[in-house]
Amino acid sequence: MLRLEKRPSPSQTWAYLAPVLAVIATMIGGGVMFALLGKDPFEAIRIIFYDPLFSEFAWYYRPQLLIKGAPLVLIAIGLSMGFRAGIWNIGAEGQYIIGALFGAGFALALYPTESPFIFPSMILLGALGGFLWAMIPALLKTKFGTNEILVSLMLVYVAEQLLASMSLGLMKNPEGFGFPGSRNLQQYDSAHNAEIWVGSGVHMGVVFALMAVIFAYVLLARHQLGFHIRLTGESPKAARFAGINPNRLIIFCLGSSGALAGLAGMFEIAGPSGQVNIAFNSGYGFTAIIVAFLGRLNPLGIMLAGLLMALTYIGGEIAQSSLGLPAAAIQAFQGMLLFFLLAVDLLTNFKIKWAKAEVTL
Amino acid sequence: MDLSAINPTLLVASLMVASTPILLAAIGELVVEKSGILNLGVEGMMIIGAICGFAAAVVTGSPMVGFLCAAIGGAAVSVIFAVLTQYFLSNQVASGLALTLFGLGLSAMIGQSYVGIKPPTTYKLDLPLISDVPILGPILFSHDFTVYAALVLVLGVWWFLKYTRGGLILRAVGESHDAAHALGYKVVRVRFMAIMFGGACAGLGGAALSLVRVPQWTEGMTAGSGWIALAIVVFASWKPERVLLGAYLFGGVAILQLNLQAAGVSIPVEYLSMSPYLITIVVLVAMSANRAKSALNAPAALGRVFHASR
Repeated sequence: MLRLEKRPSPSQTWAYLAPVLAVIATMIGGGVMFALLGKDPFEAIRIIFYDPLFSEFAWYYRPQLLIKGAPLVLIAIGLSMGFRAGIWNIGAEGQYIIGALFGAGFALALYPTESPFIFPSMILLGALGGFLWAMIPALLKTKFGTNEILVSLMLVYVAEQLLASMSLGLMKNPEGFGFPGSRNLQQYDSAHNAEIWVGSGVHMGVVFALMAVIFAYVLLARHQLGFHIRLTGESPKAARFAGINPNRLIIFCLGSSGALAGLAGMFEIAGPSGQVNIAFNSGYGFTAIIVAFLGRLNPLGIMLAGLLMALTYIGGEIAQSSLGLPAAAIQAFQGMLLFFLLAVDLLTNFKIKWAKAEVTL
Repeated sequence: MDLSAINPTLLVASLMVASTPILLAAIGELVVEKSGILNLGVEGMMIIGAICGFAAAVVTGSPMVGFLCAAIGGAAVSVIFAVLTQYFLSNQVASGLALTLFGLGLSAMIGQSYVGIKPPTTYKLDLPLISDVPILGPILFSHDFTVYAALVLVLGVWWFLKYTRGGLILRAVGESHDAAHALGYKVVRVRFMAIMFGGACAGLGGAALSLVRVPQWTEGMTAGSGWIALAIVVFASWKPERVLLGAYLFGGVAILQLNLQAAGVSIPVEYLSMSPYLITIVVLVAMSANRAKSALNAPAALGRVFHASR
């Protein structure tokens, strides 16, 4: 008989090993899935994990890693703080859209004025947009105790409709021959989130993602607020006795994650995406949930997890064209990763022991 | 704008059809939550049911086989959640989210070759004379069988929870798993079965969407129905009869806004499409505002991990 024994405190070794083990298990599970689809599993795994980094076209894919990783890391860093405190913002996708709309809307309103102040203002507005959108579940939670999971998620669908309305109406390109979608911000110098070094993939979003990682690390490890977040997550009762105001934490966690998601959306729409259109949001807000868990809700871990997840996105795209792997296969693959991670996590908190079968009546 | 084009009888009849998918998913989730488990994977199980049912119905030509496969498919993916939360003691919120993300991906993958196909028509009740009675006929006697099946299911769950020993055990497990365990009830087994029932119901709900309501397969077609189902359980304060009320209310809003779109109201389509989600939020706020009353009925062990140390 196998028996579980709770560890007095989570195992440090397993906390680091679990994500590695989960990735390996996902490669095996994913391989089985690809084999069922009639693809060579070894080739598929090689294409997804190896080719973007080391194949002959890697010079093209490596910058993509940063471009796709940056929004994931930005959003996941914000989410992780809330997740630690037991505050579940799963509407990052909506905050991402609203941040993008705020930033892009401002730029489109000023077009074609050129000014060095436009892009910085867009950054501020992007963060503000995401922050305000996240304040809806936050205030409803603090004022009425409404479940933030459901409210933040419902607002994703509202934001998607808003995006559709904007790209078909208010923000539509007046010179676009009636096609839906706004002007392309990549062709508007003051608003373009251009690469800092051409061909490197490093745009302002990548810089902000790095800053967010450092900032979150310091906050959680050194600042009192970070301590409050960790304490609330580990023992809500102890936190209450210590006089921590739960409402302040809710506002902070939801607000900061909303602002970061809004920033991610703003950098995306002003850079790699360029245009307000219906297909703008691509699920980064949801994938970031996986990134946050895969990174153990730890800023440095999230950075690595974000890059890994970006790798699967790029590898998935390559596999799509070279193997004919369905686009959705990668989404299922990412979901599978989270399953395995959650399962392996058992070993972090519990010891598995062999126990002799007890005498039963 | 031509509001007279909206026929109240048809409105009621179509709201019953529109709310069936949500109703099925919500009544399943109610049972799961009554056993003390919060499964946020409803959306994922629903869309898996939608594609399994659709594919099976198209392949076999029989909608009934489709619904059966939808229930099996929904229950099958819910097993992943059940194993994770019951044996691997994972966080229920995270596991549920994982199930939703996985389900959306997997369904899109399975459904690739089914886009744009028309499914076989589901059997519709059509009694001579009775179905033609004005007003009552279209509302009560001319639906496909899912509408009636959902109503029977709600009744069955209500009866099960209120009048059977099994229902009592399920509720006991949901109120205090430690006490139930001490009494000798198999907490994990009860919850496992409840989760699978919830999965089967969500799967049926998905099939009601892809085979009856739409009827077509498109990627991500549940569009938040699973989440609305979760909200309805909260709205219903964990009472089956109020789940029915909640589902019809949301079905009503969805149908009304579609009718308003068709009637050409001057509100842009996108804003009308937001309304079901906004109403969900409003209702959630209203429910939580008088929390003292509604939370009284919430299963006490909801969302807590059970680990029998001895």
